[in-house]
Amino acid sequence: MKTKFTTDTKLESEIAYFENINLKLESGDIIDSFKLAYKTYGKLNTDKTNAILVCHALTGDQYVAGNNPITGREGWWSRMVGPNKPIDTNKFFVICSNVLGGCAGSTGPKELQNGSDVAYGGNFPSVTIKDMVKAQSLLIESLNIEKLFSVIGGSMGAMQALQWAIDFPDKILNIIHIAGALKHSAQNIAFHEVGRQAIMSDPIWKNGKYFENNEVPERGLSVARMIAHITYLSENAMHRKFGRKLQSRDIISFGFDADFQVESYLRYQGKSFVERFDANSYLYLTRAMDYFDHDETFRKNIEFSHNPNNHLKYLIVSFTSDWLFPTIESKMIVNQLNSLSREVSFLEIDTDKGHDSFLLEEPQLDDVIKGFLTNNFAKIDE
Amino acid sequence: MNKINSIRKDWSLIETLIAEDRKILDIGCGDGGLMEQLENNRNAITHGIELNRDLAANAIARGFNVVHGNAELDLSQYSNNSFDYVILSQTLQAMMKPKDILSELLRIGSKAIVSFPNFGHWKIRLQLLISGKMPVTESLPYTWYDTPNIHFFTIKDFLNLCNEMNIVIEKSIGLTSKGKQFDISESVTGVNFFTHEAIFLLSYKNFEPIKIKSSKKVFTKNSVIAN
Repeated sequence: MKTKFTTDTKLESEIAYFENINLKLESGDIIDSFKLAYKTYGKLNTDKTNAILVCHALTGDQYVAGNNPITGREGWWSRMVGPNKPIDTNKFFVICSNVLGGCAGSTGPKELQNGSDVAYGGNFPSVTIKDMVKAQSLLIESLNIEKLFSVIGGSMGAMQALQWAIDFPDKILNIIHIAGALKHSAQNIAFHEVGRQAIMSDPIWKNGKYFENNEVPERGLSVARMIAHITYLSENAMHRKFGRKLQSRDIISFGFDADFQVESYLRYQGKSFVERFDANSYLYLTRAMDYFDHDETFRKNIEFSHNPNNHLKYLIVSFTSDWLFPTIESKMIVNQLNSLSREVSFLEIDTDKGHDSFLLEEPQLDDVIKGFLTNNFAKIDE
Repeated sequence: MNKINSIRKDWSLIETLIAEDRKILDIGCGDGGLMEQLENNRNAITHGIELNRDLAANAIARGFNVVHGNAELDLSQYSNNSFDYVILSQTLQAMMKPKDILSELLRIGSKAIVSFPNFGHWKIRLQLLISGKMPVTESLPYTWYDTPNIHFFTIKDFLNLCNEMNIVIEKSIGLTSKGKQFDISESVTGVNFFTHEAIFLLSYKNFEPIKIKSSKKVFTKNSVIAN
């Protein structure tokens, strides 16, 4: 496999090109060539034992830490990844790539179709979590890393980490799986469907061809983001943050303005999302999450894996107020691993911040991740 | 003995009951102290369960395989005979269903190690006899209304239960309140009176399959069905 590497100065990102590779997707479709945009932090040691892959969530990107040139803000996990942070880049070489189907430089609906000057749009093939992980594994291989020390992710990132454990256990030593599940639940699919319907019923969407007129289905995409954002919080967190407080006014307007702070906040979330995310990508990636289902197969896949996986360590973390990926879902993974006597650790962190807790200030999450990585790294370093 | 010393003593006795290179499940593992000791001194592979969130987080952060969970609900997920030893240190008296837990220990592990404070100790008997109030001692330091210890039992009670459940006591160590150690099985009289804390190594009775002696081979192939 010959991979071409370039640096995109505008995206401040490395790009890996996989040409004529004929990547076979789970759907049966084949992408003959694709690219992945990725960032790295820290230094790979001489033995190449300190590499960690961080997998981003639905609307994340490769900008884990440092500056994100698309938003002009700090990377999405800069509180977790960096020098002396829990995932310490003084010690570890951290890689994060934009997923296949994403919109921050990797091949996805927004990018030009191979050998043409038209974007994929709705012609992009359906991608799954398994496909994303397959693409990532090719990137890791191209970077000449035989074994990742760890694969870490929250939410859709957790799905990818779990998929790594299933598909490439021989290429990793442990996974940290935060706020995830064996499957995307009916309720979660339902929320995604409402989001997708909001996008697809925006007249500007035009079957995914909005880019032809340089337009964006802003209304649909922002509504999708608003709905999703509610599911990332919890009732308590919302109450604590907003209560029934009014926005820039002393009395209610008896109209449909954003009277309440919570309304104004959601509108802002929707609006700022539109500026950084592609509507088609949102359709494809939510679908990829919906299709994720290891409910029946996980135990068998682990027990009868083609590749040796006995050495794998699992850290599974959930949050008490996460109703999108509740603790019970994490415990199912833990139960199945325990029934196979695998080396699994599990912690439910007590917080009211909901699903988004993994991105926020949670000292216990920091401690557990830092300790798990440091102590397990010390064991292989002996 | 103060609480910490008493736990250390408990751990070092547990260690003496465990062979090298075995797979161990520590129920109520705290921040992994015993697991660490057994990994270092016995080259054990350890797993733990801990109910307390902060202790579980500490243990995980220290690099141990620990599941934050409730032993009374979560033991069922482990497969039969998946550990060499299952350890329940100083916790049986705090369980809702001690008998069920005991049978779970020996389902999951080939052997179980159980330690508990003896409610039959003379100081406890004397306190109840003289004051007429529920005893409060160093090893059972709680008042009756806020104690986590909901099932008090004596060594005699425990031995009876083991007998009823066909559990074999492979080894038993007693400790007096002064920390003096003795073999419970060898000292018959007064054991229940003087044992402050007890540690048991348990396993199930192995039933020999019944063999029918016969000069004729009655149960040869197909003959049973044919007759």
